[in-house]
Amino acid sequence: MIGTLFVDPSRCIGCTACVEACSECPGHGGESMIHLDWLERASSVQTAPTVCMHCTEPACAAVCPADAIKIDPEGIVLSALAERCIGCGNCALACPFGVPIIHEAQALMRKCDLCYDRTSVGRKPMCATVCPSGALFYGTQEEVADLRRSRPQSHFVFGGETVHTRNHLMVPLSVGTVTLEPDATVSRSTAEQQLEEALC
Amino acid sequence: MACVPADEASLIAAFGPHLAWEPPGGFAARGTPDRAVKTHCCFCGQQCGVQLLVKDERVVGVEPWEEFPFNQGKLCPKGIKRYLQNNHPDRLLQPLVRTGNGFAPIPWDEALDQVVERVRRIQAHHGPDAVAVLSGASLTNEKAYLMGKFARLAVGTRHIDYNGRLCMVAAGAANLKAFGIDRAANPWADIAATDLILVLGANVSECSPITTDYIWRARDRGARLVVVDPRLTPIARTADLYLPIRPGRDVALLNAILHEVIRLGGVDHAFVEAHTSGFSEVMEAVRDYAPEAVEREVGIPAHRIREAAVLWTQAPRTMLLHSRGIEHHTKGVENVLSCINLVLATGKIGRAGCGYATITGQGNGQGAREQGQRCNQLPGARDVENPEHRAAVAAAWGVPESAIPRKGATAPEILEMIHRGEIRGLISLCFNPLVSLPDATFTREALERLDFYVTIDFFLSETARHADLVLPGSLQEEDEGTVTSVEGRVLHIREAVPPPAEARRDWEIIRDLAHRFGAAELFDFHSSRAIFEELRRVSRGSVADYSGITWEKIDEKMGVFWPCPDEAHPGTPRLFEGGRFYHADGRARFHAVAYRPPAEEVDDAYPIILTTGRVVSQFLTGTQTRRIGPLVDLYPAPRVEMHPRLAAELDVTDGDPVRVASRRGSVDLLAHVVATIRPDTVFIPYHWPGRRSANRLTVRAYDPLSGIPEFKVAAVRIERLPAVERV
Repeated sequence: MIGTLFVDPSRCIGCTACVEACSECPGHGGESMIHLDWLERASSVQTAPTVCMHCTEPACAAVCPADAIKIDPEGIVLSALAERCIGCGNCALACPFGVPIIHEAQALMRKCDLCYDRTSVGRKPMCATVCPSGALFYGTQEEVADLRRSRPQSHFVFGGETVHTRNHLMVPLSVGTVTLEPDATVSRSTAEQQLEEALC
Repeated sequence: MACVPADEASLIAAFGPHLAWEPPGGFAARGTPDRAVKTHCCFCGQQCGVQLLVKDERVVGVEPWEEFPFNQGKLCPKGIKRYLQNNHPDRLLQPLVRTGNGFAPIPWDEALDQVVERVRRIQAHHGPDAVAVLSGASLTNEKAYLMGKFARLAVGTRHIDYNGRLCMVAAGAANLKAFGIDRAANPWADIAATDLILVLGANVSECSPITTDYIWRARDRGARLVVVDPRLTPIARTADLYLPIRPGRDVALLNAILHEVIRLGGVDHAFVEAHTSGFSEVMEAVRDYAPEAVEREVGIPAHRIREAAVLWTQAPRTMLLHSRGIEHHTKGVENVLSCINLVLATGKIGRAGCGYATITGQGNGQGAREQGQRCNQLPGARDVENPEHRAAVAAAWGVPESAIPRKGATAPEILEMIHRGEIRGLISLCFNPLVSLPDATFTREALERLDFYVTIDFFLSETARHADLVLPGSLQEEDEGTVTSVEGRVLHIREAVPPPAEARRDWEIIRDLAHRFGAAELFDFHSSRAIFEELRRVSRGSVADYSGITWEKIDEKMGVFWPCPDEAHPGTPRLFEGGRFYHADGRARFHAVAYRPPAEEVDDAYPIILTTGRVVSQFLTGTQTRRIGPLVDLYPAPRVEMHPRLAAELDVTDGDPVRVASRRGSVDLLAHVVATIRPDTVFIPYHWPGRRSANRLTVRAYDPLSGIPEFKVAAVRIERLPAVERV
């Protein structure tokens, strides 16, 4: 059985090990399927990795005019079938997380498939294997509940739509449903406030 | 004369740095590897286990090694892309000799003969110590051992030192003074098991990323995290308490924390009485360091200093971790001693989940400082001036004690002596001082004054461009041997592939030179394993005792922690259990230290503090990592990091070209305006040479006890440049 990826951006140190490791996976040809973002570098060192969340009703597959995005019986949303994909980019526009990468020259979409070649044979995905902070953790709900003081969340509210995902985001125990706001800003950490107290 | 033999552009065209992005033949041609070689990363002191994938006798990729207990498959970007250094277009493949306009190939025999002839000629005219040997801490234990013996018994010079002088020596000297031994006190598993982690001057998330995992595992159990750093690093971002210290004020802060701990009743008097000496002097020394008395100097409000003291006092178990941030100072040893004072006063050492460690920087930063390639040390971390130690090593080597030269100069002193004309010949391996030493302009002048310089290297580093002879050595994955990790765990480096073309293993080159220098009987080595067997034997009875370690035992136990005095001994993961220290009386030593300012304080002419350090995608002088495309893409060029408040004063916005000038020189860089650094301090990473070198600005001021340079504090001024094209 394929496990679940738990993403905890609060632990991320921006090292890009996940990105570089993903690029080494067979078939990726040096390209990473992970997006690592500095959220607001001018004020913070907060970074966040974005992997495919593998939605239970994936918008990318629903809007694909070529029926190129298949879902395996365990709920893994696979990368586009090269022979079907026309590179139209509908999937990238529809994805609430900004995951698909469009190669216009090759008319091909590529995305994270939860390291299907590894996870389907009982191994961990490359990114969660190398991540030195545990920001990307692969396992079961029970394992993560046992190890962490945060809570896995898999419902995301985008405007009027709720998206359910196979992978989870780790959120503080106090947080219920995750609502995404387009103009949200990064809240300052205790340490960031303490830097402002520096006597110069 | 050792001026570079050609202009920079033609040297770069011939020898790089060029960038490699793909394995040989490209990703598409990689295919199924023939084998996966379980070994360790070639970069930092964490020495993460990793598997190198080999196809057709070439290293073509990497696979995590999840069974190795330290990192369990975890890696940083350098560890993942390190394989691209193999088969690199810049790889040195044959011996080279300087010509009128560059370098030309030369046969091995001729090159080795020339080395001996030139070195002996200098020594005949100017004495045996007119030639120096510089070595490095990325080398295996075997090579580090060989270099010390080679310099002293084959070349016959007292001047042998290594680039750990820029790295581990302050912590090492302080540990030796306080504990009688220089090694991390605890295995890293103790970090995950503690209740409070105090991190000082350690950009853990960029310089030792795997340690992040240990810190988070502790925090998952409820441990608190306190970080002391002038920059809000990624590990500091979520800290429970962050103390944004002004660079160079560590003793003042640590003394103030101890002052408060004493006031709170946090001293473990039973421990202090039973296991230490010198506490009353420290009590006296910290009396005047009330947090209010030092807050302006250290740049942290007194109530935050008291908070740190409360957290430290309340935590049943603590782990104090530091690295170069507090060590790269003219009082590096004192900074470390002030940390150790806090640990000892509260008895927080020598227990599971409770102790202390310096985070060793270089790949073999631990082992390479024990095998006798330091100017002041013989193998087994023995003191070169201690008569008993000299006698023990002389007996093991089968030479008279008088054959071992006395203490030599430190690496920066060697460059100073070259500059003064006192040292005229240089042999170097694994050291790029033109990029790594402070005041790079001075270092270049020194190199230009050498009569003769031979270097062993795998790429033509910026320093190697000054060489008369360049001997192509081996990459880490092209030789077998051992290293000792940050934990004091001795590990097995396996050869993935042999050196390419005419390149040779470093130890073979050194051995063959030793034979030509007339010391064949002392260098009768036919394998690196044979060197290890001699190293074991010579270390017997020393503090750094490896005599019970075998390569088989390392493989079986996934590493062996020294000291390990006999083959039945399991090794020593945790030091100081039961309060037993390594001084003759078994007690640890307190050292009263008083705060003193950095060598160069800011003033009206140079009003801004410069501090230097690293980024996660580069390693040290970048000889390897500036050749790896995906790593260079992550952070292509140094920028000067400054707070928006300072930027506003300078009329600088993010991305503007600026000139940063010190009394030594200037560099033109782009500004990186971020609110994650103290407003009175700027930061420049030091991995780059030439016009982008942070070390054009740093000051040639050294810690009197350890010789470590003050990379972490210099005074600079900054002006906005009018036009982008000037950068």
